[in-house]
Amino acid sequence: MNLSETQRITIEKHVETFLTKPGALLPLMHAIQDSLGYIPEDSYPIISSAYNLSIAEIHGFVTFYHHFRTSPSGKNILQVCRAESCQSMGSESIENYCKKVLGVDYHETSKDGVITLEPVYCLGNCACSPSVMMNDKVIGRVTPEKIDNIIKAVKQS
Amino acid sequence: MTYKIYIPIDSTALSLGANDVFYAITAEAKKRKIDLTVIRNGSRGLFWLEPLVEVETKSGRVAFGPVTTNDIEKLFDQEFYLGKEGALFLGLTDDLHWLKNQERLTFARVGITDPLDINDYEKHAGFNGLRKAIELEPQLIVNEVTDSGLRGRGGAAFPTGIKWQTVLNTPSKTKYIVCNADEGDSGTFSDRMIMENDPFVLIEGMIIAGMAVGAEYGYIYLRSEYPDAQEVLNKAINIAKEKGFLGNNILSSGYNFDLEVTRAAGAYICGEETSLLESLEGKRGMVRYKPPLPAIEGLYGKPTAVNNVITLATVPIIMDKGASFYADFGMGRSKGTLPIQLAGNLKQTGLIEKAFGISLRELLYDFGGGSFTGNPIKAVQVGGPLGAFLPEGQFDTPLDYEKFSEINAVVGHGGIVAFDDTTDMAKMARYSFEFCAIESCGKCTPCRIGSTRGMEVIDKIKGGIDQDKNEKLLRDLGETMVNGSLCAMGGMTPFPVISALNFFPKDFGLEKKKV
Repeated sequence: MNLSETQRITIEKHVETFLTKPGALLPLMHAIQDSLGYIPEDSYPIISSAYNLSIAEIHGFVTFYHHFRTSPSGKNILQVCRAESCQSMGSESIENYCKKVLGVDYHETSKDGVITLEPVYCLGNCACSPSVMMNDKVIGRVTPEKIDNIIKAVKQS
Repeated sequence: MTYKIYIPIDSTALSLGANDVFYAITAEAKKRKIDLTVIRNGSRGLFWLEPLVEVETKSGRVAFGPVTTNDIEKLFDQEFYLGKEGALFLGLTDDLHWLKNQERLTFARVGITDPLDINDYEKHAGFNGLRKAIELEPQLIVNEVTDSGLRGRGGAAFPTGIKWQTVLNTPSKTKYIVCNADEGDSGTFSDRMIMENDPFVLIEGMIIAGMAVGAEYGYIYLRSEYPDAQEVLNKAINIAKEKGFLGNNILSSGYNFDLEVTRAAGAYICGEETSLLESLEGKRGMVRYKPPLPAIEGLYGKPTAVNNVITLATVPIIMDKGASFYADFGMGRSKGTLPIQLAGNLKQTGLIEKAFGISLRELLYDFGGGSFTGNPIKAVQVGGPLGAFLPEGQFDTPLDYEKFSEINAVVGHGGIVAFDDTTDMAKMARYSFEFCAIESCGKCTPCRIGSTRGMEVIDKIKGGIDQDKNEKLLRDLGETMVNGSLCAMGGMTPFPVISALNFFPKDFGLEKKKV
């Protein structure tokens, strides 16, 4: 097993927390990802024996949902909205700009490990398109200049 | 003397810097030794004017906006906190054209109150509906909802009363209320606004729903893209528990009800009710076959009322003011009001709650002020990614479930996205297929495979390859998906595609043809 000791303890703690909860897998996976930044595939055997699920079922669950990741992300996640409202306000150029300045494509992390770029389909900020989300913060009416500032801010922190 | 100021905490207002404005205003007030009481209210829904700062005056609240941190000194110099006219002054908020011409029922409190102040909520008619419902037999609560004509606001427009009646009629010790808060349609944000700006009304609606159908537990299935809403809802649930509105023997009524928020994980398909239930049960969000209806065999096989946020949040006012009060709004079989969301390429965007029957043209030009870019509006998409694109020629269609259905369009969740004349509609059609391919649960073939084949066929048409043959193929594929898909994902993706093809054939590289 390739889990670190801390990872294993964290996972076991969460597994224990949700053991009797109906529909446990959803809150459990959120808890693991919130703690570790991703859901290590090596956690599957622990979950499998605790919840009496096959590894295939767990893998199937995790990979169904766009939000869950099975490998570490960068320190920050920048989500760019690709949905219709943002498209109508020129989000395609924002997507291209983000890819260019970060030197990555979607689902990739910048070389310095600071930002992972992800597409997102609607942030509910459609009245102020185009929108992006840096970690948990939505930014509306984005322009390339705003993107520069957002990236600068996380690089400095 | 203290002056009362309102600065919104809605996440769209925050996305435009409302928190920075809040910090700057409080700092400047401190510097100038001016005593301000700042209330973080919800948004009034005039998003092009956000951050919209309001000041309480003797004649009512006056608005300033859009305020940026660069305006703060100037605002203090002109003594804005007295409600004095000057830069960014917009006048009395309630007199603004946008608000004056609405019928706000579900959104009655939104933007006016502090979302987490339960006393403020009660002062503004909060829990009146619940108190009335407590006096009624469950069957009478259901009757009231049925008579109001309320239909599912999530998009399917199924009569809420009939759904509740089915759950009530199905004997079971355990039943559930599930609130569908997986608001994934582009151009929609009314659920988010209710949850962030008036969370108690949703909680109240869910309690009433529980009383009506005999359920004692509820889940709010909330999309993970809404972290602010999650925080507000969790706080509101705790406050409601402390005050005895949730838990056992609510307000000494003998009814029990409790609820929790479940965070989704970014799958659009989980907005489909059976997929949502699978997900809540801790499984992949694969769509279920119907029957059995969720109202009979829903969550964990128990009778379950699955309702959208707006549907549930509308129940309290129906119980409070009565079914006929609500049913008097609207037209035909579309009774009541619809929280309409104007989005995309428009000058003035935001939330408009209006009785059914208003035309798209009124919404786009009278409220929306035309396109943001100043170019002609080429098309609008109503009802999210599965809604048809409507050209200028259809802008006089009144917002009504049946009238929209007559032109192969949907009202859906009431989101309207406008596109200007620089938009390539063939590209939009291709995107509809792409989105379907990304978000399909994969259970049925037309959706899983048709979406990808659809992209390829559009590419061929655009590339000039066997255009006639491929156009025919595209229409055929559309029909197969409409008739052969298990749920609305595959079953409605052809709506935007075929409407784009019908109305904008030139964008596909095709000559104008008879439709």
